Amino acid sequence: MQLIKPAVAGTMESGDIMVTIEPRDSGGVTLELSSNVMQQFGRQIEEMIRKTLAELGVEHAAVHAVDKGALDCTVRARVSAAAFRSAESTDYTWKGAK
Amino acid sequence: MEKRYIKDRLRRSMMFVPGNNPGMISDARIYGADSIMFDLEDSVAYTEKDTARFLVHNALRTLDFGKKEIVVRINDLGSGLGIEDLEAIIPAGVHVVRLPKTDSAQDVIDCEKEIARIEAAHGIPVGATGMMAAIESANGVLSAPQIARASDRLIGIALGAEDYVTDLKTTRADGIELLFARSMILNAARAAGIAALDTVYSDVNNEEGFLAEVELIRKLGFDGKSVINPRQIQPLHRALMPSEKDLKKAYAVMEAYEDAVRRGSGVVSLNGKMIDKPVVVRAQRLIALAETDSRIEEE
Repeated sequence: MQLIKPAVAGTMESGDIMVTIEPRDSGGVTLELSSNVMQQFGRQIEEMIRKTLAELGVEHAAVHAVDKGALDCTVRARVSAAAFRSAESTDYTWKGAK
Repeated sequence: MEKRYIKDRLRRSMMFVPGNNPGMISDARIYGADSIMFDLEDSVAYTEKDTARFLVHNALRTLDFGKKEIVVRINDLGSGLGIEDLEAIIPAGVHVVRLPKTDSAQDVIDCEKEIARIEAAHGIPVGATGMMAAIESANGVLSAPQIARASDRLIGIALGAEDYVTDLKTTRADGIELLFARSMILNAARAAGIAALDTVYSDVNNEEGFLAEVELIRKLGFDGKSVINPRQIQPLHRALMPSEKDLKKAYAVMEAYEDAVRRGSGVVSLNGKMIDKPVVVRAQRLIALAETDSRIEEE
């Protein structure tokens, strides 16, 4: 997926995560994460963000995320939405149930 | 989560949960509603339709909602948003798709065609996803009998009152303005053998008004009602359940009926009064309702 412009998805409400993605030409994915549960879940949130971007084929991006206690599925949803917005794409590939 | 929808089940309460609110989505199962309805339509701003789809899609794939019935209200197909809603939620696993603004049987048929196409594309058995139709216009109300029979997937039809009263050029009042629509929808649902579900009561701080409306729809014969606040769920369930007195009477009727069957007698009587077949049917239904409720409370 080719990122084109800065994009954001999510809110600052409890249980949500606000994800901002900016395109980069190189240097991989840089991540700046703040969370009110950083100590317990910081690593898990970071892994979910990186995994989601990798699955979408995003290789280079600057990601800024403010977490307010989001579940894994919310992290995945917000990262995906931000990435598609950044790529100005609606070519979604919806996956089946786990 | 059950993979397939259940046609006939207890649906006293269907709780609206805004599809773009992760906190409310993750808490949705704890409030005791019979059905949880994630909304992609009116509670989601036009500019957030994409984010809500991602959120509901991932929640459906990941979260455990136990034995709750999971419904998603999509945008109507005419809006240009409905098909993408279906693409997102059908593969993720949803029991029932709620179609808003249903004006005709054709609306149901068109939506069913899209659902079947998406099911087939994802290897889901065609027919695994149920549907319900919300009727929100004068046209829809007058077409209710055809709408209710438009698809085998339909579990029920519902009234959406806010758009409907606007279409009628009136406003929500004491219920008289909805009498015709409720009666049409109820009769259409019963004739088709599906559920009749009432509209929301928006003034969450007016418990007296809410209970008066619940009493009205109970008398009319509705199965249940949409709710917009968890606070409305328990009072609604209590009001729709049979009273202890009625339940005792129902058990007595069934005892008398079974006794007559054992004796090979065609006449059933209780305390000197003859009991007709419809009385027995009502007693059976009442007992079934009470027993289903107690099973759900135990879960």
